[in-house]
Amino acid sequence: MAGYLLAIIQMVLALALAPMLVGLVRWLKARLQNRCGAPPWQPYFELRKLLGKEVVVSNNTSWLFRVTPYIVFGSAVTVTLLLPLITANQPLDRTGDMLTVVYLLLLGTFFLALAGLDPGTPFGGMGASREMTVAAIAEPTIALSIFGLAVAAGSTNLGQIVAQTLAEPAVLITPGHLLAFVALFIAALAETGRLPVDNPSTHLELTMIHEAMLLEYSGRYLALIEWGAWLKLLIFLSLLANLFVPWGVATTLSLPALVGGLAAWVVKLVVLGAAIALLETQIAKLRLFRVPELLAVSFLLALLAVTSSFLLR
Amino acid sequence: MNTLFLIMVFAYLLGALMALVSGRGVGGRSLTGGAAAVGAASGLVLGLWVLLSGVPYSLYWPNLLPVGGGLALYLDSLGAFFLVVIGVGAIPAAIYGISYTAVYDKGPVSLRLLGVMLNLFLLSMSLVTLADNIFTFLIMWEGMSLTSYFLVMTESEHRETTEAGLWYIAMTHVGLALLLAAFLLLAGDTSGAFADLRANAALLSPTMRGLVFVLAFLGFGSKAGIIPLHVWLPRAHPAAPSHVSALMSGVMIKLGIYGLLRMALDLLGGGPAWWGVLVLAVGAVSALVGILYALMESDLKRLLAYSSVENIGIILLGIGAGLLLHTYGLMAPAMLGFVGGLFHTLNHASFKSLLFLGSGSVLHAVHTRNMEAMGGLIKRMPQTAFFFLIGAVAISALPPLNGFASEWLVFQALLGGANIPNPEVAVAMPVGVAMLALTSGLAAAGFVKAFGITFLAIPRSTEAEQAHESPLAMQIGMGSLAVVCVALGLGAAAVVPVIGRALVGLGGLPQTAPAFQLTLETPDSFGQISPAALGVILLVVLGLIMLGLRLIRANRPVRVSDSWGCGRIEQTPRMEYTATAFAEPLRRVFAELYRPTRELTIDFHPESKYFVQSIQYKSEITPWFERSLYEPLLRLIKGVAYRLRGLQSGSLHLYLLYLALTLLILLFATRWF
Repeated sequence: MAGYLLAIIQMVLALALAPMLVGLVRWLKARLQNRCGAPPWQPYFELRKLLGKEVVVSNNTSWLFRVTPYIVFGSAVTVTLLLPLITANQPLDRTGDMLTVVYLLLLGTFFLALAGLDPGTPFGGMGASREMTVAAIAEPTIALSIFGLAVAAGSTNLGQIVAQTLAEPAVLITPGHLLAFVALFIAALAETGRLPVDNPSTHLELTMIHEAMLLEYSGRYLALIEWGAWLKLLIFLSLLANLFVPWGVATTLSLPALVGGLAAWVVKLVVLGAAIALLETQIAKLRLFRVPELLAVSFLLALLAVTSSFLLR
Repeated sequence: MNTLFLIMVFAYLLGALMALVSGRGVGGRSLTGGAAAVGAASGLVLGLWVLLSGVPYSLYWPNLLPVGGGLALYLDSLGAFFLVVIGVGAIPAAIYGISYTAVYDKGPVSLRLLGVMLNLFLLSMSLVTLADNIFTFLIMWEGMSLTSYFLVMTESEHRETTEAGLWYIAMTHVGLALLLAAFLLLAGDTSGAFADLRANAALLSPTMRGLVFVLAFLGFGSKAGIIPLHVWLPRAHPAAPSHVSALMSGVMIKLGIYGLLRMALDLLGGGPAWWGVLVLAVGAVSALVGILYALMESDLKRLLAYSSVENIGIILLGIGAGLLLHTYGLMAPAMLGFVGGLFHTLNHASFKSLLFLGSGSVLHAVHTRNMEAMGGLIKRMPQTAFFFLIGAVAISALPPLNGFASEWLVFQALLGGANIPNPEVAVAMPVGVAMLALTSGLAAAGFVKAFGITFLAIPRSTEAEQAHESPLAMQIGMGSLAVVCVALGLGAAAVVPVIGRALVGLGGLPQTAPAFQLTLETPDSFGQISPAALGVILLVVLGLIMLGLRLIRANRPVRVSDSWGCGRIEQTPRMEYTATAFAEPLRRVFAELYRPTRELTIDFHPESKYFVQSIQYKSEITPWFERSLYEPLLRLIKGVAYRLRGLQSGSLHLYLLYLALTLLILLFATRWF
């Protein structure tokens, strides 16, 4: 029972921290670019504002457009229930493994792309088309990284991977592990719509990918979708943090271990968030048709990772 | 069991007879379709019975046509599983067909022929799964091909249809020739009963076994639609009436999988590693190239047909992994691969039939298969749209529906390949994983396109604007398949052990089916998921979100207004994204495969070239590997046929001479060999 409670606590923590993580990245980016920037807690105000606003939907849309925000947000929330965020020892770990996590997030993307097409505006369709393209070609990298991790740990279940890696920390410095980390990091940037694949703060419709699908959304629907997107960033960063650098993740249910797990998780998120902020100030957005090249590189890295883990076994 | 079998056979025969008497009108169509549904249902029950009890059903009738052992029927668990697949696809399709064929009540199409052939098609497909000697198998196989040829040719007044029919009948007979060769090589001097083949297979040399396997793989593969033998599939499936397309794509091509399993695993009892690698490679190529061509289609039914090629590829990835693991004696993960392949077979039968019935419903309302003339149908055909959406989510392998559960099993089987001792063979597995992942991502993109362009936004033509919902029988057909998709997804953990029974003991697989409780679990507990729990959690979370929004009073009423459009005043369908535009990024990414041709003609105003009068854009993709493979072959055949024309002079004397010569040669041949 305590385990299930813990899973719910993890979910609530993820929901609560996701806006903060995005705010932190934005604030750090602003500071790195010599701007003042909004405070890191600004996204909370945005959520409150959006939730209180009236919703306007296009007269061309159908019921699908109104259901989509719930599915996007709901699938992301479901994923947070399956993750080893502060503890690797939680009962819902057996409900879904890493493949489930990836495909649940793809469920949200699928519906969001449909909702982009629903109003019948050109920008929505453009966003939907590009988002699905990027999602499709990022998929093999993610699957191969999972394969690499799973072969090393003997399981695709996230808690198992973390526990196994903690038990045999030597795998952390194998080339397979390091290559898989870089590959998954690039794929995560593509999946969460960060630079150099997509610019989350763009205001020019022609360069938008993710934002273009949301143009018709407002009010609480927009709040749910934005929150869902922030959660997705938190999910991918947590996966990178806890699967590849599992130190600190609690394996027992004692209070000190859990507090330690929480602290380690937050520290790792801050470090990865800072890395993204730094990266985004250094590089520019790639042209859309250069993105496949980047993803092909990450795919090759992942393939090398798996092959080396086979050969070095 | 005997009763069930007899009900099945006689229901189909009765259906054919009634169609012959009167195929037209509500009465005639209901009787024909109803009989087919009853036959399929009793087949389904018979299959389930054999599968669950493990007691095979057999019927031998050696005196009926006493050539090659006569009629020999034996339903073991593997055949029973495929009989269930036929039932799952055929019952809804038959019911759907009752209303769908109403358009043929007036017009040149013969409803008589359609009804007779539909029932005989279902009967011969069902009997393929029961055949227990070469003679019965090939007769039923050929019956299935011929009846389906007539079904494809239903709308033979269109040139496109006759062309598709020609491709189909040619390819299916190439396949038959290969199968005949494979069976004859395997049979040797034996009677041709499958039990004798099993015994004889062990005595053959490895080269011979390899040859038999390759011939059978190509023969069955041409029926299943593997690349590059798939050319008939995207032509024939769209040309047939939609409920027949559903049967062909959802059910008939699966019998190619049945044949492959029967041959490779049961009769030959597994083989060396290259068999598995071959099946894996062909599966990966079929999956990827299939979905890539599907993405480029704006013909809804052709898109679905290409996606069938993709799904056959996924099934073969599971079976290939199974064969490979079987070679190395890793029976538990091998079982997983086969079960994954079979589960995906069942799932594809449910969602592809659903999608084809949905496309038929759209075709019924809009009178075109061209997606660029559709749009906005979700408001005009709400039921069809909802069912099609379920099918689209399921085929895109999104949880918690059934496509996800079976692709997960295939993934796990491929991951299990890490245990293969030879690293150079084991490396095939991660490549398979990558191909499967890319395929499923592209499938999601393809079905966003298929659903989004067809059903969402503003209608792109007056036909789409005046579309109407389909009659009840068609809705029942689609609705029942949608229920099956959801049930197979949530209940995957209960279904998979039953499927495992289909394979028990075949070719040295373990005698016990893998046990699953509430979770889908791989044998060595490599991975665990619980689709049912996942579905429940997803629903609870959705409910809580709605409740939460209400609690914090974020439930102000929704205001409906115009779309935002950068200041333009009116929104017309021409501003919408098109199916072609949707796939454009992927067309560029995979330009190497598509080799698109672009033609841009701009007419300027004679006074100034700043004023454009009209723009014409034409783009085509060339299926180059089809051309480079089939065009020389067709030229060769045409050339040879042209030369051979001299033999057919029409003179009776000459024909008598041919007869006499043949007789003489045969006489000498029997003397010498």
